Amino acid sequence: MKILVPIKRVVDYNVKVRPLSDQSNVDLNNVKMSVNPFCEIALEEAVRLKESGAATEVIAVTVGKQASQEQLRTALALGADRAILVESDTLAEPLVIAKALAKICEDEKPHLIILGKQAIDGDNNQTGQMLSALMGYSQATNASEIKLSADSADVTREIDGGLQTIKISLPAIVTTDLRLNEPRYASLPNIMKAKKKELNIINLSEMGFDTSIRTELLSVELPPQRAAGVIVESVDELIDKLKNEAKVIS
Amino acid sequence: MKILVVAEHDNSTLKGSTNSTIAAAKEIGSDISVLVVGNSCSSVATEVASLDGVTNVMLAEDEIYSNFLAEDLAKLVESVSDEYEYILAPATTFGKNFLPRVSALLDSQQISEITEVVSSDTFKRPIYAGSCIATVKSLETKKIISVRSTAFDGVVVGPSEAPISNVASLDSLNISSFVNEDLAVSDRPELTAADIVVSGGRGMQSGDNFHLLDSIADKLGAAVGASRAAVDAGFVPNDYQVGQTGKIVAPDLYIAVGISGAIQHLAGMKDSKVIVAINKDEDAPIFQVADYGLVADLFEALPELDSKL
Ligand SMILES: Cc1cc2nc3c(=O)[nH]c(=O)nc-3n(C[C@H](O)[C@H](O)[C@H](O)COP(=O)(O)OP(=O)(O)OC[C@H]3O[C@@H](n4cnc5c(N)ncnc54)[C@H](O)[C@@H]3O)c2cc1C
Ligand SMILES: Nc1ncnc2c1ncn2[C@@H]1O[C@H](COP(=O)(O)O)[C@@H](O)[C@H]1O
Repeated sequence: MKILVPIKRVVDYNVKVRPLSDQSNVDLNNVKMSVNPFCEIALEEAVRLKESGAATEVIAVTVGKQASQEQLRTALALGADRAILVESDTLAEPLVIAKALAKICEDEKPHLIILGKQAIDGDNNQTGQMLSALMGYSQATNASEIKLSADSADVTREIDGGLQTIKISLPAIVTTDLRLNEPRYASLPNIMKAKKKELNIINLSEMGFDTSIRTELLSVELPPQRAAGVIVESVDELIDKLKNEAKVIS
Repeated sequence: MKILVVAEHDNSTLKGSTNSTIAAAKEIGSDISVLVVGNSCSSVATEVASLDGVTNVMLAEDEIYSNFLAEDLAKLVESVSDEYEYILAPATTFGKNFLPRVSALLDSQQISEITEVVSSDTFKRPIYAGSCIATVKSLETKKIISVRSTAFDGVVVGPSEAPISNVASLDSLNISSFVNEDLAVSDRPELTAADIVVSGGRGMQSGDNFHLLDSIADKLGAAVGASRAAVDAGFVPNDYQVGQTGKIVAPDLYIAVGISGAIQHLAGMKDSKVIVAINKDEDAPIFQVADYGLVADLFEALPELDSKL
């Protein structure tokens, strides 16, 4: 069984992102870039499925700039067998990314595709579902548990009201939630080995579909800032403030 | 401008997220159809028909829609989409699950989780866990949009009843099926709809200690939430999680107890009207967004608060 794991290079989750001074975009100068945390979870799950014997090959793929090779190397160090970069000079939107991933699926014919539920830059939460629709595959989003069998998987999903389990037939798309697993760190020997693993590069513009922008970014600003609050000295003062100043309790 | 809103419900009652999505639709235009898809859910359609701003209700009932599986739901939405320039759904786990499929089927790039309608093609939405707000313009002729419920005051019952028509169901794709569900049952208000939310973090130390919050929540008529650290540690179930990747809440009062205030947590609650933080570390970032901060050990402050309310 082959597993495809699409990953995204994003600003590290510890970085506090700010707008550029002209508000034309976010300021990404000299900020630390990492693998999107949900993609790390997706990769970890794929690697565990391989280690348990359920899967035979794990392929990491990303659509992005040349610099994304760095994140693919990380994926290889974490246990992916080989990697594919779909190179693009611009940051593509989810639908274009999904179409590029669909092409890769047609070539590679994976049985399972595990993606993150969302990329923490755009917070879109779209790509997996789009890919699933384009391929006509089943989907299970927000997975917190995957039980794989030969031609189907039972996936527990985190939904607003609690948990839901569905059965999806393979090939299928799964997107990961935070509690699916805890990703490992890459060991030094594995980082060295990853340098020798296969990394193929394809150009997005040669995939044969329209990649033009469908959403224009007009501006980026800071959210409204909250006025400075006060430190209260006691529980009594807190209750008094909530009752008489803020009037939110009676 | 014809707008289609896909309703969220549980086959018996409408979810408040739908009312908020209709409110967002009203800011775009006035011709608003609502599609109710489910199983034996005609009471939901009747409820929707009475809401302010709704001009027309479509009802599709079939066993295959009982559990709102994304594949079949998206296919149905696609089948009725022809005449609409906008398709809206709430940005809840319900909407997030199927709407991007509709977007792919109709080859139109979705705009996720809008918090403001600037004009008929321009919207605001938070990015980077709400660190920034982007203003984006959709160039699509058919616009597919998910709506953050807390950003729009839900519509209420209006002056007239909209007509209800039936929509034929389609054959199931039969590629996924429902197994079971483990839904939280609670007498407290739902987290995203509550006027007051009391949340606990890693500082609570154990699930048992959450009873300190429960008791206060009951006195205040509040919902109980949590940080991811508290959920990860198994203190409380996943549906308690507030934040970038959990629930977005904006109550009148949010009380954060033993929560440090990581950006991912703030993303889910910083639009609350009044924020209270109780933390023993005076440097905790949560105090930067709190209107009222109490630097105290929660194991002393909570019992005192409980007894004095
Ligand atoms: C991709 C991603 C998504 C995430 N999404 C979310 C999300 O949706 N929601 C979320 O909450 N987090 C999320 N996180 C995690 C987030 O980064 C933080 O790790 C988390 O919010 C920390 O939870 P906490 O504040 O409870 O724990 P901590 O940061 O450990 O803080 C505990 C606090 O309790 C205080 N405390 C301890 N003991 C006491 C006491 N006796 N009395 C009073 N105070 C005490 C401490 O001073 C400390 O400030 C996400 C992380 C990532 C990487
Ligand atoms: N540029 C990309 N290349 C490969 N995979 C991606 C890319 N962007 C998003 N994804 C995948 O889609 C998931 C959801 O992203 P998004 O829809 O942007 O929130 C991510 O966690 C990745 O698994």
